[in-house]
Amino acid sequence: MPEFEPKIVAFVCNWCTYAGADLTGTSRIKYAPNVKIIRFPCTGRIDFMLLLKAFANGADGVIVSGCHPNDCHYTSGNFHARRRWMVFRHLLDFVGMDIRRVKYSWVSAAEGAKWADVVNKTVEEIRKLGPYNEYQKVAKLDFEKEVTNG
Amino acid sequence: MDDIRNKAKELLENNSVNVVIGFGNGSENQTRAIFVRKPEDTVKLIYDERCVQNLSLYLLKHEVKHFGKIAITATLPILRTILQLASECQINDGEIIVLGISSDGKLVEFADFKAIEDYISTQNIDIKVEEKEFIKKIEAMSLSEKWAFWQEEFAKCIKCYACRQTCPLCYCTRCFVESNQPQWIPVAAHQLGNFEWHILRAMHLAGRCINCGECAKACPVGIPLNLLTYTLIDSIKAEFGTIAGTNAKLDSVLSSYKFDDKENFIG
Repeated sequence: MPEFEPKIVAFVCNWCTYAGADLTGTSRIKYAPNVKIIRFPCTGRIDFMLLLKAFANGADGVIVSGCHPNDCHYTSGNFHARRRWMVFRHLLDFVGMDIRRVKYSWVSAAEGAKWADVVNKTVEEIRKLGPYNEYQKVAKLDFEKEVTNG
Repeated sequence: MDDIRNKAKELLENNSVNVVIGFGNGSENQTRAIFVRKPEDTVKLIYDERCVQNLSLYLLKHEVKHFGKIAITATLPILRTILQLASECQINDGEIIVLGISSDGKLVEFADFKAIEDYISTQNIDIKVEEKEFIKKIEAMSLSEKWAFWQEEFAKCIKCYACRQTCPLCYCTRCFVESNQPQWIPVAAHQLGNFEWHILRAMHLAGRCINCGECAKACPVGIPLNLLTYTLIDSIKAEFGTIAGTNAKLDSVLSSYKFDDKENFIG
């Protein structure tokens, strides 16, 4: 039985974190390959439901990252996002979702090393938590997994 | 009650309004919303402890707007909804006439929305004690207990959307849940579709819910889904200092921000 490899989906903004992740690559910093990066115009664009869609499609963890406060390309997108996550986290916790599986961070275009760090830490934490079976049962993904694993 | 009937009659007689929305007798021992358009019909208006519906639901319906100028009899939750609708630019001050009903069934007249704000500030707008205790009970559960509790509750959902239809603040003419290109929320009443629907509903009412409890009353299978939005009321009040339905010029919680919003989970 191979060790559990977490699947992480990262929702990042175009202007800071995506460029930051690009810098991680051009700086040749090696980091965990478990992450699939999805680029958005702004963290303000990241609908809360997209996070649930990631889990419903088999993610074990989610990273949401964008510009530091006051650095937003559109001035206030990340401030709106911050409020949304404050409310959303409370709701998720209330319905019993594991909010440790959703990591938020601010990573600027100059913080290539920080991005590698965020991903590595998240992968390690999710590896400890294990696969998100509870949600995947609801999304009926565990059944498909059994079939494909033969 | 006579003072409310007389006022409604007077308004209809001198053509100040074309329709009065109020409570009337329904079938069995139930009450229902009635739309009084003739002065002599104002005798049908009633008010007693059975009259708990949030009538402000009808304020934005074009079938009702079609009648002309509207007067509405308003208990506390209705007054709060009116202010919330005003802060969302759905009703303008002076557009409707509000006939307030005090807790002991007396007529309270309001000159403008400011007067409603002042009245509400003197009232108890908290959620009920038993609801508060229920929320505390759920919050005290472990993660897996909470998950199991809500999954069991959501499993009853038949996706009738009565909670949406009865909510006076769910007034979008096209709901996200009907968006099908791409299909945003699964249509079928299976576990995932139900879960996503209830999260979506709660998030879209975050900072807007005025705890009238219509959604839970309308639910044919008895899901305590009002708790989802009620639990957000306290946290939003604590974090952003906002209480929906207390001010006609309130900034929407999720479409406004402060530079110094405090959180402790973003690294």
